[in-house]
Amino acid sequence: MAELAAAIDLEAAAASRRHFWSRFAIYGLLTVFAAIYLIPLLVVVFNSFREQAEIARDGLISLPKTFRLEAWAQAWSTYCIAGTCQGMQRNFLNSLWMTIPATIISTLLGAVNGYVLSKWRFKGSEVLFTLMLLGVFMPGQIALMPWAFVLGKLGLTNSTYGLILVHVVQGISFTTLFCRNYYVGIPDDLIKAARIDGAGFWRIFWKIIIPLSPPILIVTVIWQFTGIWNEYLFGVVFTSGQAQPITAALVALTASGTTARSYDVMSAAVLIGALPPLMIYLFGGKYFVRGLTQGAIK
Amino acid sequence: MSIHDLSVPIAVPARSWRDRLGSIVPILVLAPSLAASFVYVFVFTGWTLYLSLSDSTLLPSYGLTGLDNYASLWSNRRWNIAYTNLFLFSGFYIVGSMAVGLLLAILIDQRVRGEAVWRTIFLYPLAVSFIVTGTVWSWLYNPVDGIQALVRGLGWSDFSFALTSDRNHAIYAVIITGVWQSSGFAMALFLAGLRSVDPDLVKAAQIDGASVVRTYRKVILPTIAPIFLAVAVIQIQFAIKTFDLVAALTRGGPGISTTFPAIYVYDLMFQRGEIGEGAAAAVMMLAALAVVLVPYSLWVVWRRRAEAGNG
Repeated sequence: MAELAAAIDLEAAAASRRHFWSRFAIYGLLTVFAAIYLIPLLVVVFNSFREQAEIARDGLISLPKTFRLEAWAQAWSTYCIAGTCQGMQRNFLNSLWMTIPATIISTLLGAVNGYVLSKWRFKGSEVLFTLMLLGVFMPGQIALMPWAFVLGKLGLTNSTYGLILVHVVQGISFTTLFCRNYYVGIPDDLIKAARIDGAGFWRIFWKIIIPLSPPILIVTVIWQFTGIWNEYLFGVVFTSGQAQPITAALVALTASGTTARSYDVMSAAVLIGALPPLMIYLFGGKYFVRGLTQGAIK
Repeated sequence: MSIHDLSVPIAVPARSWRDRLGSIVPILVLAPSLAASFVYVFVFTGWTLYLSLSDSTLLPSYGLTGLDNYASLWSNRRWNIAYTNLFLFSGFYIVGSMAVGLLLAILIDQRVRGEAVWRTIFLYPLAVSFIVTGTVWSWLYNPVDGIQALVRGLGWSDFSFALTSDRNHAIYAVIITGVWQSSGFAMALFLAGLRSVDPDLVKAAQIDGASVVRTYRKVILPTIAPIFLAVAVIQIQFAIKTFDLVAALTRGGPGISTTFPAIYVYDLMFQRGEIGEGAAAAVMMLAALAVVLVPYSLWVVWRRRAEAGNG
């Protein structure tokens, strides 16, 4: 008996040792990867608070010894980009005034389109849906010259309105796809019952569909907001100087500082450009991942 | 289910005005989006296709020159570098981000504490633009200020990590940065897949005495095979459209070593005034996408039909 008990003990001890080491390996690997993912972010955050002299002395990757907000103030309002010394604030606001309306309009259009394509199908609607989907795959490069021409004709070259138009048209396929796939899951009986009660197209939309929509609308808004805010190609092609969105301004700023690189100001500028989508992601990321994996991408 | 099935059982004498209006409302609502999408997808593509066959240079021009632009494109050394880079980048980028993403997903799947925190850390680069990522990493690769300087400062004096200033290796800087940015996205999709595997299946394998590694290899991963394909297709799309990352990280350099088709299109159209040839390059990008997406879409449709047939 004692022998048996000892053998079991030994086995249990071995098992718990194995368990310990496998746990150790799991958390060890996760920590290494977390460091790789976080260090670039920490480097910019630290550098935006350090003095340029300190960065020059201690190198770019180092813990901060000083703390100051001047770099942020400079990046926001006084730093010179391509001859104009007003910092990033204009470009930041351009991006905001471009992203908010474009996100709202494209999401609303996606919601009604998805509603029609899932609950009010008509002959040929599946074919039309497939055609709209093609927009998801279009590379922006193929539309550059036509857009340049259309924006020119409409008098929207070098303007935020022009970019809003481009992003809304480009976004329709995504938002329609997301909403349509989600609404397909809403039971048709619900709609049928409402129709029997005399509810029409819009009533059903506002009273039944929209109240059931928050999960997919959150996904769509996050997707559109981050996508439009982070977009660069259209911004750099269709606008210049003070009319550019922040991504284009950031490239102009970091390219111009080749002689004396002021990493402090550039770091602050990078963070100003990254903050809005990061905030949206931090507050809505949970819903985003859930929605994305549940059906937005199928 | 179509609107014709939604017959209203209450006796309606004749189709009233309201009914008739009601039945065209859905089409009216859809019409503007349809028109915009149609113009965007077909008119714009057709337009660029036409430009690619035209004698456009500094301004669009509509005299046809046949395939001259394509011939001049393919005889250009820079375009060939761009196309080679695209293959090299796509291959390493897809394999890299899927491998890292899968590893992270499996690690998180081991019932770790603070799962949400790990996930947030690995996913946040997805929210940041390629411009931001490219800018920050270009500093990290900078031999004077970045990682190389740090490691040398720690005493390893011949450590070398100056990828972006070396024309033979700069493309790997783009690959590493791309994988860093996108592996979290692959992780999220893989994790969702792992969570959707039937727990009974896993339990059965464990009762049969299969180790964790064997269970993943033989049971779990085969059941999520379609996710691998979906992740690969999404990543290929990103790879073909890659513009921002290179624009911020290497600007196509050193020299022309990290030129990509997307960069090339922009350059020809807006820097060199070669609109016709730029359009030809854009059409080649679309062709590359179609080579990947058309078979994949057909496969997806076929699989859905097969499933519907079995069910």
